Amino acid sequence: MAKQSRLEVWKTYKNYVGGQFPRTESGRSYAVKNAMGKTIANVCQSSRKDVRDGVSAARSAWSAWNNRSGFNRGQILYRIAEMLEGRKKQLSDLLVTQGYTAAAATQEINRSTDRLIYYAGWCDKYQSLFSAVNPVASAHYNFSVPESMGVVGMLAPANASLLGVVSLMAPCIAGGNTCLILADQEKPLAAVSFAEVLHSADVPGGVVNILTGYQQELIDWISSHVDVNAMVCFDQEKADWQKIQEIGAGHIKRTFQWNAKQLATAAGQSPYFIMDLQEIKTTWHPIQTIGGKGGAY
Amino acid sequence: MTFKKPVFNAQILNHPPVEQTGVEERTVRFTKRSIKGPSKMQGLLMVLSMIDLTTLEGKDTPGKVNQLCTKAVHLHDQVPGLPTVAAICVYPSMVSIAKKALKGSSIKVASVATAFPSGQTSLRIKLADTRLAVEDGADEVDMVISRGKFLAGEYAYVFDEIASVKEVCGTARLKVILETGELGTLDQVRKASSIAIAAGADFIKTSTGKIQPAATLPVTLVMLETIRDHYHKTGKKVGMKPAGGISKSKLALHYLVMVKETLGDVWLDKHWFRFGASSLANDVLMQVAKETMGNYQSPAYFSID
Repeated sequence: MAKQSRLEVWKTYKNYVGGQFPRTESGRSYAVKNAMGKTIANVCQSSRKDVRDGVSAARSAWSAWNNRSGFNRGQILYRIAEMLEGRKKQLSDLLVTQGYTAAAATQEINRSTDRLIYYAGWCDKYQSLFSAVNPVASAHYNFSVPESMGVVGMLAPANASLLGVVSLMAPCIAGGNTCLILADQEKPLAAVSFAEVLHSADVPGGVVNILTGYQQELIDWISSHVDVNAMVCFDQEKADWQKIQEIGAGHIKRTFQWNAKQLATAAGQSPYFIMDLQEIKTTWHPIQTIGGKGGAY
Repeated sequence: MTFKKPVFNAQILNHPPVEQTGVEERTVRFTKRSIKGPSKMQGLLMVLSMIDLTTLEGKDTPGKVNQLCTKAVHLHDQVPGLPTVAAICVYPSMVSIAKKALKGSSIKVASVATAFPSGQTSLRIKLADTRLAVEDGADEVDMVISRGKFLAGEYAYVFDEIASVKEVCGTARLKVILETGELGTLDQVRKASSIAIAAGADFIKTSTGKIQPAATLPVTLVMLETIRDHYHKTGKKVGMKPAGGISKSKLALHYLVMVKETLGDVWLDKHWFRFGASSLANDVLMQVAKETMGNYQSPAYFSID
């Protein structure tokens, strides 16, 4: 009898929502091809209901994530970097299958790790840097402090499978937001595998949610979702970008377009990306002589 | 119509055993019906009209009750043509406040009574509690049964207690809370349902909302079947109110499917079916708004309750 050859076990790539890896609610999938046009994997073709579930997971996770200290969020971002370092090989192989050279893949992973460390450092610093005590003409202290916006919808850029997702996610969650990321349509595998890194890195479920699917199908559902407070994308077609802004304006959604060309450079990271996703809260506090004669304390 | 106090007859407890697996499998089927488009919209509006908007907290204040009554009347004025909820459900001490706030609307005031939620007091106190609610104008009374007595096998006691409360209710409709989460098995649920119905309940209700598990599909199905059997035997209709734990529209629609397929269209009316809930209303409203406007909504734009 001829010896049977072993069947390869192919990995099923699934969404990452609320700290779990569900298939799309719609049951649909699409084939991801490599540069030669050969199918290398099937991934979920998410539907609007996955967007709905992702946003609701992000919303439930937001309050607790936002209430963690900046220091603790920094620890967790640092932990993501540590776990990513440990999975270098797996992610590098994935990037290579998707058309990266080995050197480019290593570089992309290193940049991603460094970027996580960079934002880990900013977690407990941006607030002091961008806060202000404002002079006012009455007996009040007047503070302005940046606070997280809430849930952010993010569209990953093309041609930066991993770095794109990290550069979106890190400044967003560093500032206490939670997010729903739609992975790049053509090269989503690294993004989905990155979800496994997040999952093992103390990131509470729901803080980061990653979907795969067709941008053109889902973009309207994300931009029109009233519970998505801000939206970030890269280099959209002019008409698409205008539409995102128009739909978002209906419920004062903040919309941003970041520059994908800068991703791999030093300009691809900055505390100002954190600040894009912050609202400034100003507080008036009456001044009293604390502990002094006649003080009320 | 005056209420003639019935006498306990142990015959009502005779029923074939409830088969738990069968009930569970049957209820799973109800969750598989596809309800889309106009049917879904109609279902959602029906759910809204069947809600007993509830606040039963130790921290309830007149302000809270007034706010809830305003919400009951103006569910979400941005969407025109919405029904109001069926009733407001409060503690006896809040009945007069709710009654005043709802004056001129068709929304009923339901009051829990009989030492809600535990029911651990004497019949005398329970009747006084009920009387207080009714005198203050409650249209409906939600009483709890004595689960301790029930579990000890004192069925006649439980029966008489319900009948006595019903007597005090006068024209107010009586909902009998079985607190199924404390009864243990579906057989017990069936037994308690039969006792409540025979003793004069206008509605049977699953739970107080203070005990987990509260309303579940299997428990509700057993109660609906008891109602159905009673209807077939006597021709008399009894209402049903699942309460506690129903906070999502989809689940509420599953309940409606179950009512339709167990009891029929006649029961799909707020006179015969209610949801005891507080957060369900907002979820349904968000769904209605989504169906109307086409995009997903945010809880931040709906009243807090």
